[in-house]
Amino acid sequence: MLKRTSLYDEHLKAGGKMVDFSGWDMPLHYGSQVEEHHKVRQNAGIFDVSHMTIVDIEGDDAQPFLRYLLANDVIRLKNKGKALYSCMLNETGGVIDDLIVYYMREDWYRVVVNAATHDKDIAWISKQTESFDVTLTEQSDMSMIAVQGPEAEKKLSAVVDDALAIAIQELSPFNAIDHAQMFVARTGYTGEDGFELLLDSDKAVSIWQSLVKEGVSPIGLGARDTLRLEAGMNLYGSDMNEDTSPLESGLAWTVAWEPEDRNFIGRSALSKLKESKPGYKLVGLVLEDKGILRDHQKVIAAGVGEGEITSGSFSPTLGKSIAFARVPVSTETSCSVEIRGKLAPAKVVQAPFVRKGKSCIT
Amino acid sequence: MSNIPSELKYTKSHEWLKAEGDDVFTMGISDHAQDQLGDMVYVELQEAGQSINAEGECAVVESVKAASEVYMPISGEIVEVNTALSDAPETINQDPYGNGWLLKIKVSNPADVDNLMDSASYTDFIASE
Repeated sequence: MLKRTSLYDEHLKAGGKMVDFSGWDMPLHYGSQVEEHHKVRQNAGIFDVSHMTIVDIEGDDAQPFLRYLLANDVIRLKNKGKALYSCMLNETGGVIDDLIVYYMREDWYRVVVNAATHDKDIAWISKQTESFDVTLTEQSDMSMIAVQGPEAEKKLSAVVDDALAIAIQELSPFNAIDHAQMFVARTGYTGEDGFELLLDSDKAVSIWQSLVKEGVSPIGLGARDTLRLEAGMNLYGSDMNEDTSPLESGLAWTVAWEPEDRNFIGRSALSKLKESKPGYKLVGLVLEDKGILRDHQKVIAAGVGEGEITSGSFSPTLGKSIAFARVPVSTETSCSVEIRGKLAPAKVVQAPFVRKGKSCIT
Repeated sequence: MSNIPSELKYTKSHEWLKAEGDDVFTMGISDHAQDQLGDMVYVELQEAGQSINAEGECAVVESVKAASEVYMPISGEIVEVNTALSDAPETINQDPYGNGWLLKIKVSNPADVDNLMDSASYTDFIASE
């Protein structure tokens, strides 16, 4: 039996094509994945992301614990509601998961991790707490809704009380507010302005219905994937995993090396890799001709070596195929991709491909 | 519920075939198939003039989600390909039995057509899948 979020009935009402996503019965799309993609780039869309895992970490050692657990440094979080993106590494510097951590209070942080990695993440985090004075509380009863797109602020403001509407308009990117049982963060996974709401399940259904009434379209997991790929955002399990380090995954910027005396899990392995220079890097690809880049296709950099596509799809905004690929570090500005036995030329670019509705590719 | 016109023949791999006369048949993928695959974004067709056996690969259709092979319903020679799909692959979603056709085939043995499913059998086949 697949798990259902509090919004399951809303998905059926909207004609959602439901699929098994890591044990959750989730909407892939509600008719057309490409149309949903454009709605988010041009207007606004809502996503049910309640399958994601919310864990509160509380206690006197909450901060030292997270400084040990994560490759990024929560000491950077000085104000209430401030968010930080980080990898959680194993001892060999491989990525167990990527996550967002919110600073709630000196002795309280809120962490949001992926649905597909729920069991191993909880087990890993629990194991690391042994010598720290912290408690873990999974917020399984909370729902999570993302409202994304250039109209997100306007639409969300229209369905909440006046005080919250003002707070939402004043909220800076990568910050959150906790207001009357609704936690609102200006974060997302689309490359557009937008919000992620963490709230009780009853409240989630009513907010969802109000936003739909305001003309905000429900968006499925299919468009979520093409939106994040265009935005140059990694997907755990595809673009990085336990065998790849952040340095080979385009995530070196998320590793906080300073201060030097901060010991975090994976630091020593990662330092060694940094000194010896990683052999691979994660780059963006744009296919020159027609065709579609797909995960695991072979990438050939002439005279340099071979790599592999980690996430490939069609970019509805650019009207061509784009991908992330892990390639030898000396790969320059072009390569070939093997598609059904034929070599197709592709341009090597720096992600993102699209930001705030506009192409970043020249 | 997907649209399954009664005048067409169908395969288990979800292609349809329509008689045009003179042993020429038009083929495409069924409404059910396009619905399962989702938004089409790329189509690769074999070239006219090629002869391919039944169940041989004659096209690849790619949706945002995945690439999917299309097979010859019966043996024959490709006499025409729908070049308009190259710039408008979404036509397959919009009109799978009309403007979204893929190939026209001159069949080697017209009697082979009788081995394909009619609309009633195909309806049952989809339900059983």
